[in-house]
Amino acid sequence: MTYEVVIGLEVHAQLLTKTKLFCACPTVFGREPNLNTCPVCLGQPGTLPVLNRQAVEFAIRAGLATGCSIEAKSVFARKNYFYPDLPKGYQISQYELPVCLKGHLDIEIVNGGRSPSEVNDDKPGKTDGGPGGRAGSPPAITKRIGITRIHMEEDAGKLVHEHPGTRAQDASWVDFNRGGTPLLEIVSEPDMRSPQEAVAYLKKLRSILVYAEICDGNMEEGSLRCDANVSLRPAGQEKFGTKVELKNMNSFKNVEKAIFYEIDRQASVLDEGGRILQETRLWDADKGETQSMRGKEEAHDYRYFPDPDLLPLIVDREWVERVGKTLPELPDAKRARFASQYQLPVYDAEVLASSRGLADFFEACVKEYPQPKKVSNWVMNEFLRMIGNDEARIPSSPLKPVHLAQAMKLVDGGTISGSVAKTVLQTVFETGESPQSIVEKQGLAQISDDGALETALDEVIAASPKEVEKYKAGNEKLIGHFVGQVMKKTGGRANPAKVNELVKRKLSS
Amino acid sequence: MELFDLTIHELADLLKQKKASSREITESVFKRIKAVEPKVRSYVSLAEETALAQAKKADGTAPRGMLHGLPLGIKDNFLIEGTKTTCASRILENYVAPYTATSAQRLLDQGAVVVGKLNLDEFAMGSSTENSGVGITRNPWDLERIPGGSSGGSAAAVAAGECIAATGTDTGGSIRLPAALTNLVGVKPTYGRVSRYGIVAFASSLDQVGPLTKDVTDAAILLNALAGHDPKDSTSLNLPVPDYTKALQKDLKGWKVGIPKEYFIGGTDAEVAKALQTAIETVKKLGAECVDVTLPHTDYGVPTYYILATAEASSNLARYDGIRFGYRNREAKDLTSLYKKSRSEGFGPEVKRRIMLGTYVLSAGYYDAYYLRGQKVRTLIRRDFEKAFEKCDVILTPVSPTPAWKVGEKVSDPLKMYLSDIFTINVNLAGLPGMSLPCGFTQSGLPIGMQLIAKHFEEERMFRVAYAYEQANKWHQRRPKL
Ligand SMILES: [Zn+2]
Repeated sequence: MTYEVVIGLEVHAQLLTKTKLFCACPTVFGREPNLNTCPVCLGQPGTLPVLNRQAVEFAIRAGLATGCSIEAKSVFARKNYFYPDLPKGYQISQYELPVCLKGHLDIEIVNGGRSPSEVNDDKPGKTDGGPGGRAGSPPAITKRIGITRIHMEEDAGKLVHEHPGTRAQDASWVDFNRGGTPLLEIVSEPDMRSPQEAVAYLKKLRSILVYAEICDGNMEEGSLRCDANVSLRPAGQEKFGTKVELKNMNSFKNVEKAIFYEIDRQASVLDEGGRILQETRLWDADKGETQSMRGKEEAHDYRYFPDPDLLPLIVDREWVERVGKTLPELPDAKRARFASQYQLPVYDAEVLASSRGLADFFEACVKEYPQPKKVSNWVMNEFLRMIGNDEARIPSSPLKPVHLAQAMKLVDGGTISGSVAKTVLQTVFETGESPQSIVEKQGLAQISDDGALETALDEVIAASPKEVEKYKAGNEKLIGHFVGQVMKKTGGRANPAKVNELVKRKLSS
Repeated sequence: MELFDLTIHELADLLKQKKASSREITESVFKRIKAVEPKVRSYVSLAEETALAQAKKADGTAPRGMLHGLPLGIKDNFLIEGTKTTCASRILENYVAPYTATSAQRLLDQGAVVVGKLNLDEFAMGSSTENSGVGITRNPWDLERIPGGSSGGSAAAVAAGECIAATGTDTGGSIRLPAALTNLVGVKPTYGRVSRYGIVAFASSLDQVGPLTKDVTDAAILLNALAGHDPKDSTSLNLPVPDYTKALQKDLKGWKVGIPKEYFIGGTDAEVAKALQTAIETVKKLGAECVDVTLPHTDYGVPTYYILATAEASSNLARYDGIRFGYRNREAKDLTSLYKKSRSEGFGPEVKRRIMLGTYVLSAGYYDAYYLRGQKVRTLIRRDFEKAFEKCDVILTPVSPTPAWKVGEKVSDPLKMYLSDIFTINVNLAGLPGMSLPCGFTQSGLPIGMQLIAKHFEEERMFRVAYAYEQANKWHQRRPKL
């Protein structure tokens, strides 16, 4: 039977606030266990939460960036359950009345559901190289994915089962550094119909959050976490099938793989006449499969009720407007501007605008070297490869926009060839030295000096009597042989145009 | 009279005139404690050494406020850094507070001397101080009887002269009821007037900190010290605090005192009812006009309270899980049994009863029927008061349907015990300020209290009426014979 897959995503984004959601403890990652704690976030008796206004501002930004309505009044509730990493015995979260409602974002899909932004994938070297890009890419279709709600909540701490000096089976340790860190939970409508669409949505959402400086988007460190609700229904059927919640996917690739796996699993259960259980399944990346974690019958009764220690959150129009003014240009707008302002192909604009770091890098480079299409080619092919398609590495990359501009000027001025420029930039990326100084130090400048080139050519001619004969007989294609040999002799540094000229002159006489 | 018998304002005068030192006052209090504490048992812990050091320091420094150098008792659900805060519960018996409650800090900032931590019903849940995990506190007016609760330790200590004044917390009447049963003045300020930061939470939307004192003036002084905005408590209101001692005037000409008919019907002890009638007459003689008002949803107060308060309590008490602090069962082999055993052994029966009730009313299938409906009734109760205050400045009612009862008398019947708060509970549900002050004695010599209720943040009106009434009587000057 053919099935239609229905996917909805719940994304948790850790906010880039300096302090926690309800106390003044720092949110710095990777410190000594329990260093970022105080009586409030440890749930000591008598402590009370005080809401972090900055976190609210981030929630408003996220809402505005995804077309949500910002609710004038929202309410924090307590979600009650016992777990050692939850100090108060409840998590403060928004429940019935969240801060943002009913938004959307648009994803671009090309044939088969692949999104063009997948060039910016976690697989390095996926771009098919050579300046020029994919001029012939098929046109993308835009699909709108609904966002049900965005709400704020505090994170829990974490359990450490291995600890130096103890036997893991005897004890578990709790680290509350992360406890109380502000999170946004962004819940989508079940609008996605393929794993590729889900990944495109997740990438777009991540890009928006990073653009708006709400979240660093790091999935491996857990600052962006994604759960997927996946169900199948016979093609054409209106009613949704039973959904399964997938957790524990810490990269785009894993999200895609896990959903693919789950679709196959559910399809075979249904094909065999079985029923899908409503349950939570964990993705095991090593085994490449999902495993049941808990069924619905074990589901918690969280006993939600409005937290009496916090007043309702009131967000007035003025605040929303003020926050709106601080919102930077978002991916869709940037893509459109890149296409029109720089006359870039849609494909280039999409790739560059999909990441704020890449877009900023591109624009800084164009400022120094105002030939956008050329810059785009270099950024998309060379720079993306160097950073392994990981925009998080851009700020720490030793290769800066100004370096790329310099290298391109060196090519234009005839100092180095395009192929040497690639080597030079690779060295810049490894050392941070300027292209100019690398060219000088390593003697990579082109040889345009007639004398030196002539000597090299004479040697080549002497070593290839057969080719000389054939060339003279009219086989002009052999010019490439002579140029190539000279290039080889000079380690790629000979000026090819000059050599060309020289061959013609020498062998026509 | 001995120094321990005097009030804050009398002692402050003596200190000012150098007729007494803080050290003498503090020593007098500890001497009294040694004499009567074995009978009264109002303290959970005493801090004689640090108190004498604080007194010595107070004697050597310029006065920092009205409380400078005066020995006060603190209910044992207030955190004071470095000292034990037990809440009279086994689950916190060895808990040392890592920080100081805002309200306690305000008293310390005024130079107050802390005598010790006072007994209470476990986690402030109860009306008699019999639910304490530490032991029962006795009423200084009759040692066979309870002092009221949950601030029973605070009330008994002040009444017995074991401190000059004390702090309490009031969730459904826990300051006003023991004040009434021990001949004291007890004030529950408007919700949001005093910071709850550092007070072990029972029911967050109802809890409020307040003073227990020997007279109205002392209550005004102590509330002046406690009240004010605290950025650490999101429910604390950012409003200026008036000087309550300025509200203390002798006449009530032009004032309207509301008498709600629902609080003056059968079921109240005859002697209590009679004392209240006499009090109403006195108020009239002072120039006030007494008007009939109605609070039609009064009867729903007790059930609504026990739904909302237990719901919040069940959640507030979840943090006592044996993981980070407090009592932990050492035999438990897995997480679930660690929780179950630690909590079963750490909490007393009344606390468990309320946790179970609260868990039930919040559970998915019952939320709408109980919790949500409770919130709606709470709104109706609040509106009742708003309407009544269109006709009067303050409302006058009884505090307790009976004088202090005998130890053990209501223990086996929780519902009967819950009805002791019938006249005080709705004030908490409405978030209003209320106070209890002495208004007579029974034939057998047990104190009777009356309650004054005012509009939100208008504590001054209750103080005015209370002070005028107090000046017309001498009830507050009686001391128990111990
Ligand atoms: Zn903290």
